[in-house]
Amino acid sequence: MITPHLPALQVVVPLLSAPLCVLLAKARLAYALTLVVCWIAFAISVLLLIQVMDGGAISYQMGGWAPPWGIELVVDPVNAYVLLIVSAIGALVITYAKPSLVHEIGSGRETLFYTSYLLCLTGLLGVTITGDAFNIFVFLEVSSLSSYVLISLGQDRRALTASFRYLIFGTIGATFFLIGVGLIYQATGTLNIADMANRVAPLGESRTVQAAFAFMAIGLALKAALFPLHAWLPNAYAFAPSVVTAFLAATATKVSIYVLIRTYFTIFGPEFSFEVMALGPILMVLAISAMLIGSTIAIFQDDIKRLLAYSSVAQIGYMMLGIAFATVLGVTGGMLHMFNHALMKGALFLALGCMFYRTGSVSIEAMRGLGQRMPWTMAAIVAGGLSLIGVPLTVGFVSKWYLLLAAIDSGMWWISIFILVASLLAIIYVWRLVEAAYLSPSPENAPSGEAPLIMLIPTWVLVLANFYFGVDTRVSVGVATRAAEFLLGTGS
Amino acid sequence: MEWPGLYNYWIVIFLMMAGLYMVIARANLVKKMVGLGVFQAAVFIFYLTMGKVAGGTAPIIIPGDQVYSNPLPHVLILTAIVVGVATLALGLALIVRIKEVYGSIEEDEIDEQENAA
Repeated sequence: MITPHLPALQVVVPLLSAPLCVLLAKARLAYALTLVVCWIAFAISVLLLIQVMDGGAISYQMGGWAPPWGIELVVDPVNAYVLLIVSAIGALVITYAKPSLVHEIGSGRETLFYTSYLLCLTGLLGVTITGDAFNIFVFLEVSSLSSYVLISLGQDRRALTASFRYLIFGTIGATFFLIGVGLIYQATGTLNIADMANRVAPLGESRTVQAAFAFMAIGLALKAALFPLHAWLPNAYAFAPSVVTAFLAATATKVSIYVLIRTYFTIFGPEFSFEVMALGPILMVLAISAMLIGSTIAIFQDDIKRLLAYSSVAQIGYMMLGIAFATVLGVTGGMLHMFNHALMKGALFLALGCMFYRTGSVSIEAMRGLGQRMPWTMAAIVAGGLSLIGVPLTVGFVSKWYLLLAAIDSGMWWISIFILVASLLAIIYVWRLVEAAYLSPSPENAPSGEAPLIMLIPTWVLVLANFYFGVDTRVSVGVATRAAEFLLGTGS
Repeated sequence: MEWPGLYNYWIVIFLMMAGLYMVIARANLVKKMVGLGVFQAAVFIFYLTMGKVAGGTAPIIIPGDQVYSNPLPHVLILTAIVVGVATLALGLALIVRIKEVYGSIEEDEIDEQENAA
């Protein structure tokens, strides 16, 4: 009975719960509600993924208005996968959040945090599920505005300036996307993505369409923090509360990359994007620069959150590299890395949250001797680090392996050298953490003892997922391959 | 179509560039928000312009042959205006907080304090 309405519920449930959190006013009630809603959202996304894998794409007409006039929600193999990533991370992070939040933002503002969190989740899920280009803009802004609020809750006053800078960059990015949508509406007279795709192709070499493509690609690259448009990311991640960093690092940029993929492959089509606009070489240069420069800057950071933020810039490079090949293998690698990166960065930032909870700092200095003082937390950081490097048996290895295969398959074997060099750079910055934690003595009077179990368990669920999906790749690779085939129109 | 042609688009481009320039060049955070507002307003005008049909009237059904302007972009822009207002409000709220803790809303002075810390 309720099954046909799952696509709408995916967005509506968290959206309606957000104001409820404010009305409940009691932190405990708001937390319980948020927790339940996030897990419901996760359950819905699992059901949707199963439905799509068995029966193909689902189209849901909002309010019964038929597309292209009404707003259509579409679930296909590509976004079912992204929905799953976002809602899974959303549910795990909120399970973890309570003690960390009380510690970092104080107990007075918790309900407002839960409201913003639910709105952010709504926005991210909405961007992913909608089949309407203007709707993407609206949901993008819903998620962005709430993430500015979330970031500004950080303890350090620099969280405010980081949030403000992100607001400026984010608004420019979203407005660029809006201009692009406007231009394409001028050229095609439609806002429905599927309808747009049909009408763009016959227009051929239209200057309007090319301008629309440029505006959308640049605006979204800003939101996705694709090098060199990543300037807002390091400070935003470094100064936001730990919970927020873990959530945003694992989801927000992924969703922007998803919209980029949609723009390249679905709206404009691979031929237009990669032949007429010659996107491949441009993206490849940017992606490789991101991998090398991001990893290099990460080596020199003393604040571990900032170190991992630069590493995120590098990892976004890996995802874009996969997409730049525009082959089934390449896009599979890129999509797979979206999923895997969410797992590893989620685990790492959650573990850092545990560290901050006990030690009150996330600097390398504070990490000295942490291997003895917080063995489980530190083991999680090391496991996440191994995955970041791409050691076999971890998910990092699987996606890098697919990227290497894609490079060789496209006859560009020399790209594999860059992938290896970037991985070597990752070894250096992960080693710095290991060295501090296991080979340096603890400072005197250093706080010791583990973080509460409610924080450790979600962290370790993600760590174990890193290894599980590193060994059993049937689900992650299977879905990513289906998604890539769907995008390139070579499969069902 | 003679000069100045569809002059609305020239206005849009001018406002867009002026707004973007203000965001980049001004160190005062409030002025940055103003720039952002001008930039967004340019996009609103762009949408409104594209909805106009030459000789069209408001889309109200009245007897006789009528040419209507396209109302859809107007509706879209109504949504975008709401988003713009929310962004402006949030931006200004952040500026108030920044002023409280840094005692300044000039980007260079804030940077100085951050680098000193």
